[in-house]
Amino acid sequence: MAVPVAFFALFFGYPVAAIVARGLRPDGQWDLGHAREVLTDPVTAQVVGFTVGQAAASTALTLALALPGAYVFARFDFPGKRLLRAVVTVPFVLPTVVVGSAFLALLGRDGLLDEAWGVRLDTSLWAILLAHVFFNYAVVVRTVGGLWGQLDPGQEEAARMLGASRLAAWRRVTLPALAPAVAAAALMVFLFTFTSFGVIEVLGGARYVTLEVEIYRQTAHFLDLPTAAVLTCLQFAAVTALLAVHARTVRRREGALRLVDAGRTARRPRGAAQWTLLGSQLVLIAGLLLLPLAVLVERSLAGPDGYGLDFYRALAAAPDAASGFAVAPLAAVGTSLRYAAVATLIAVVVGGLAAAALTRRAGRLVRGFDALLMLPLGTSAVTVGFGFLIALDEPPLDLRSAWLLVPLAQALVGVPFVVRTMLPVLRAVDERLREAAAVLGASPLRAWREVDLPMVRRALAVAAGFAFAVSLGEFGATVFIARGDEPTLPVAVTQFLGRAGELNYGQAMALSTILMLVCAASLLALECVRTHRAGEF
Amino acid sequence: MASLDVTGLTVRFGGHTALDGVDLAVAEGETVCVLGPSGSGKSTLLRAVAGLRPVDAGRVLLAGRDVARVPAHRRGVGLMFQDHQLFPQRDVAGNVAFGLRVRGVGKAAARERVTELLELVGLPGAGRRAVASLSGGEQQRVALARALAPEPGLLMLDEPLGQLDRGLRERLVVELRQLFDRLGTTVLAVTHDHSEAFALADRVVIMAEGRIAQSGTPVQVWERPASPFVARFLGFDNVVPGTARGAAADTPWGPVPLPPGTPPGPCSVLVRPAGVRLGEPRDADGGGLTGTVAARTFRGDHVVVLLDMARGPRAEAACPLRSAPEVGERVAVGFDAADVVRLPPA
Repeated sequence: MAVPVAFFALFFGYPVAAIVARGLRPDGQWDLGHAREVLTDPVTAQVVGFTVGQAAASTALTLALALPGAYVFARFDFPGKRLLRAVVTVPFVLPTVVVGSAFLALLGRDGLLDEAWGVRLDTSLWAILLAHVFFNYAVVVRTVGGLWGQLDPGQEEAARMLGASRLAAWRRVTLPALAPAVAAAALMVFLFTFTSFGVIEVLGGARYVTLEVEIYRQTAHFLDLPTAAVLTCLQFAAVTALLAVHARTVRRREGALRLVDAGRTARRPRGAAQWTLLGSQLVLIAGLLLLPLAVLVERSLAGPDGYGLDFYRALAAAPDAASGFAVAPLAAVGTSLRYAAVATLIAVVVGGLAAAALTRRAGRLVRGFDALLMLPLGTSAVTVGFGFLIALDEPPLDLRSAWLLVPLAQALVGVPFVVRTMLPVLRAVDERLREAAAVLGASPLRAWREVDLPMVRRALAVAAGFAFAVSLGEFGATVFIARGDEPTLPVAVTQFLGRAGELNYGQAMALSTILMLVCAASLLALECVRTHRAGEF
Repeated sequence: MASLDVTGLTVRFGGHTALDGVDLAVAEGETVCVLGPSGSGKSTLLRAVAGLRPVDAGRVLLAGRDVARVPAHRRGVGLMFQDHQLFPQRDVAGNVAFGLRVRGVGKAAARERVTELLELVGLPGAGRRAVASLSGGEQQRVALARALAPEPGLLMLDEPLGQLDRGLRERLVVELRQLFDRLGTTVLAVTHDHSEAFALADRVVIMAEGRIAQSGTPVQVWERPASPFVARFLGFDNVVPGTARGAAADTPWGPVPLPPGTPPGPCSVLVRPAGVRLGEPRDADGGGLTGTVAARTFRGDHVVVLLDMARGPRAEAACPLRSAPEVGERVAVGFDAADVVRLPPA
């Protein structure tokens, strides 16, 4: 437990505290008058109200659309399922700015829908909500579906033999077992949408502003650090309260579940109702997830002289003064992969240790730690990135020029995923199996390696996949600390998007497409690893 | 092999006391079976000895050494869990070899030992099979082989034959007994089934509510239960309060004859069903006890007859097949002093 605590204290607590202190103590003196001013400002109330409202609506919409998806992926077997599972995860890791642009291209002026039916949604709340569903569909499908697939269908059958209808059996047996996973997924979605940044920035216009966007504006545009610091604290408090509520609800439900091999619970859909369910989910995935991605690809190929690979060729070209790049943009692919791999390693080690510690111990302190691990998700990435710059720039911790800084910041966002994914599964491992290992002579560490690890390997792979994916797509913090000569993919994309001209826009789309393909490829590889390993069960 | 010596062992769960000052000794090579109803603390006893359950008071000595500070994995005891707890992700050989592997036994040596053990438990060549494909009895055998593999000084078995069907159970009891004799293993088993305990053990220990109610050889326990509780637990229902007066005892049924030499005083009286004699009812006031047959249960070689006695609680009688009375018949009831046992008062 010491390692994760130290990690968080040093690379999360310290930088965030530094930036908050910078804002609230401008001259070495606490200045709380300003805080009162900001908090009582009606604009702040409006921003908070919108932030909460859109987050709640997005979460509800995502759950409504994605829970059937979780069921489909958990219980049905159909051709192309593995590919599809990887595909639905791709949106989650795309840089928010790119997603914003993709939705703009789909729903905005001269967008696909505009061209086809004259429908425009870019200034409406619906665009934001749909983009949020686009992002978070995979969160629900993977978190809930992962556990669902391992639930023993025999339990539901037992309930049905006792006279429960199919729905009642699901409601009374499966739903309670899934509740921790659903709560965890809902919490994640709420957090992501609560701190939503890129989507709102692009699709929200001036009308819709979330806290995170406001913090970014105050920091980067108006250089008003005190106001940003107050808002950061406000967001921090809200997220903490949210996590406390979550910890309370989850604690009541978590217990040992009967887990079985997911491969054995899935079967071909039977009957019209099940085929309809599968079909409707496929249509949903196609319309909501694939269409924006397809538009993205289409734009990357649509050059001035018709379709072609012009933009891609431009990416590989050596940098010149006009482009503002120090290296060929294509080099960002390698940089991103390298950073993400290191970040994943850090996140899995730190998160795995934390999850193992949380499984073994109980108590108030541990529960507090559990909540603490989630905080990076709810903290403004802008704050973290800026905090890194401010806090870790002097000896003994001068990491400004160290390449490790970027993976460290990315791992910070990855750890909560690892913990959240591992914890339910680790807790569901029967304690007596560990005891059996102990009486056979295995030390606690050995027992963990021999008993827990093989059973949670699947969860670990999922966790690693998530950590890798969020690291790859992380933008808010990376943009502050990545070195100019080593941009990551998302940073390079925004550099292109920030410049006018069709070539730059096209190159941004091309680079986004590459990022999307890299994500898809790595996730697909992960799915292969998963099934290969699953064969051992 | 090691001896086990437990003194004053106490374990509490919250407000409930699961083990209340238990003293128990198992000599080297001895097989002791702890017998008790569910909730009597017998599984807790095994877990405390294994080091899986923290102890609130008392000592556990293994081979004369206090193991209070020794963690479970260094105690060198084997425990066969009630529901086996085989590792689902390993095959049979992987399960059996587990204890050898964590002790650093070489691959070849481990393989040899696994083969040997699987033959010993009657599953030769099953090493590659998946745990999920095994029947209950096969799982039990694998669990036993796994527990035996590291050659534990003390082998503990939690309801070793609990989930098996009757025929397999009776065969396995005999096999286990022979196996333990051959290996000379010190064994501590717990079960709620007295026939299993009697067949398996050199000595049985009966537990009730976290305490030891009686300890002795199967014959001793069967012939002279130490208390009405033990008698009832062993399946004897003819236990009534009474007062011994020389050759007979006053009971709610009426006078019951006692074996010669029974000390007088308040007591409980146990009458084995085989010692209840039924006959033709004589005249209404012939002085003998009477009862009416309430139910008959066919038991293969005999019939158990449940009697509504003219006075007092119901009584059970074991009758030969041919002479068993019909339900509703009125019969004369007599007791055979040789099958009457004086127990301490309840």
